[in-house]
Amino acid sequence: MIEAKGLTKRFGRSFAVDELSFTVQPGRVTGFLGPNGAGKSTTMRLVLGLDVPSSGSVTVNGRRYADIDRPLFEVGALLDAGAVHPGRRARDQLTCLAASNGIGPRRVDQVLALVGLDEVAGRRCGALSLGMRQRLGIAGALLGDPSVLLFDVPVNGLDPEGIHWVRGLLRSLAAEGRTIFVSSHLMSEMALTADHLLVIGRGRLLADASVEDFVAAATPASVVVGSPAAGRLAAALVSAGASVESIAPDRLVVGGMGAGAVGEMALRHSVALNELVTSRPSLEEAYLALTGESVEFRSSAGRPPAIAVPAPPAAALAAPTADAPAKPGRVAPTEGGAAAPGP
Amino acid sequence: MSAPEKGGAPAPSRLRAPAGVAQQGHPFFDEVRSEWLKLRTVRSSWITLLVTFAATVGLGALICSIYRYQFDRGRLSLSQLASFDSAFTTVSGVELAQFAIGVIGVVLMTSEYATGTIRASLAAVPRRVRLLTSKALVLAAVSLAVGLAGCFGAFFAGEPILGLPSLRTTLGAPGVLRVVLGGAAYLTLIGLLGLGIGTLLRRTAGAVAAVFGLLLVLPIIVSLLPSPWNVDIHEYLPDQAGASLIRLTVRTGLLAPGWGALLLCGYAAAALVAGGILLVRRDA
Repeated sequence: MIEAKGLTKRFGRSFAVDELSFTVQPGRVTGFLGPNGAGKSTTMRLVLGLDVPSSGSVTVNGRRYADIDRPLFEVGALLDAGAVHPGRRARDQLTCLAASNGIGPRRVDQVLALVGLDEVAGRRCGALSLGMRQRLGIAGALLGDPSVLLFDVPVNGLDPEGIHWVRGLLRSLAAEGRTIFVSSHLMSEMALTADHLLVIGRGRLLADASVEDFVAAATPASVVVGSPAAGRLAAALVSAGASVESIAPDRLVVGGMGAGAVGEMALRHSVALNELVTSRPSLEEAYLALTGESVEFRSSAGRPPAIAVPAPPAAALAAPTADAPAKPGRVAPTEGGAAAPGP
Repeated sequence: MSAPEKGGAPAPSRLRAPAGVAQQGHPFFDEVRSEWLKLRTVRSSWITLLVTFAATVGLGALICSIYRYQFDRGRLSLSQLASFDSAFTTVSGVELAQFAIGVIGVVLMTSEYATGTIRASLAAVPRRVRLLTSKALVLAAVSLAVGLAGCFGAFFAGEPILGLPSLRTTLGAPGVLRVVLGGAAYLTLIGLLGLGIGTLLRRTAGAVAAVFGLLLVLPIIVSLLPSPWNVDIHEYLPDQAGASLIRLTVRTGLLAPGWGALLLCGYAAAALVAGGILLVRRDA
């Protein structure tokens, strides 16, 4: 278990991490999401005692990291797969790390086999691909069979097979009751791997929720309705209090009203329908809406601020509903309807 | 969930210490072993150690040959012969070898920053002073070993080259063993000084430049100072303190060997302590 309380890290006048409080629970994969520069890596360094917090505290299994003797048995971490001496052989890289905590060469061979690197263990690290280095870093984190594991963007540079493998490994490690804390800036990746999400932007906690709750709370469902008489239906829906956006001459996106109610309205006004779909914006969109304001550098300035109050999480999750309506063309149908892809 | 496709071994399935773990004794011993492995498993360490050895023996032999050549042709004056320091001449290669060993000391720490492995190292050994101490211990042992091999090698290679009774000395002669051991100690202390400076500066280029500046440039600057400062300060510089260790007799402008050794220890200790303080205070 990892517990942060009011964790703050200031570099000069800017806050890399700003009053972060969270708990990473054992037995599940906790995804740590945020745009580049949001403070993910700094937070991980703070957890590992590499950086000293400006204020606040963070503990691993109830203790400050710096107070743990032979920490590899308690916490395994992969921070930067590129951090290897290019001239050192892959096995030696692990042997050095293992030796510092009294872990013998047999375990080194075990973890090398576990990550599938046993055949290239004699190669120098400089000759390994980024994907192999990621595996090597993961092997290093597993050396002490620790109950807490931190991974900073572990899928970087991995091929699809490797990504699939990491996903399976993280899930099986969590199933064994370990605490798994994985950072990523890819929501789509976390949606497949994580059970729980911590989202940060500009060092502040934006959301602390399960993946399902995150989507549900961050983005209200909207209804896509297609009709030859879209104009007449729109007028009726608006007068009934729904918000309506026309995305094509014969298609509407309806907010504030369920698919059933929209269907009834159509029946009452004798409007034929050729499509009726409840759509939820993808997880990616929910994430973008939430972090939109906190991105350090944005490609376009046109996007409206997504959230007024970034924390506490409940408020942060509720806020975007008003300001970030589902964008046309990017809605992902998730429930039954004429246009929904067949199962 | 799916087990890893690659590799035969099953995923670790228990939350307990894995097989192959031998937890005995104080963690510090493991940390020292880890540092020894780190040094050993990189080719450049061996190359630089070899350079240290070769510079000590090779340069010594070369200088001995030159003296012998001069002597054979009667080009050495009586006063030169009277002050000829046979033991010093054989081990004088350490004055070149010190740069190689200083670089080893620097790189031992700065390579961790250059490659980024410092984070993994500190995550594995959060007690930072212990990390530095184990590096220092390993470096001291290795450079003492290479220094002893180099200086004894240089002595036993150089004396036969000098060859003639008026140039030769023996290990049993008063002070000669001290000179040979002093050469090894000189190298060891410069190595530790390099480690301290590497820890202070964290960058290889800057730290190597600082070591060279301290050993090479500073003496020149000091010699340009107005009298009597140029002479008074000169003997307290690190390279001169080291030079006193490898002279058979106390010369003007040099400290006595004991004081020189103590001063050089002081320089190395000061660099290591300052580096250690910054290592603890700074974010990794």
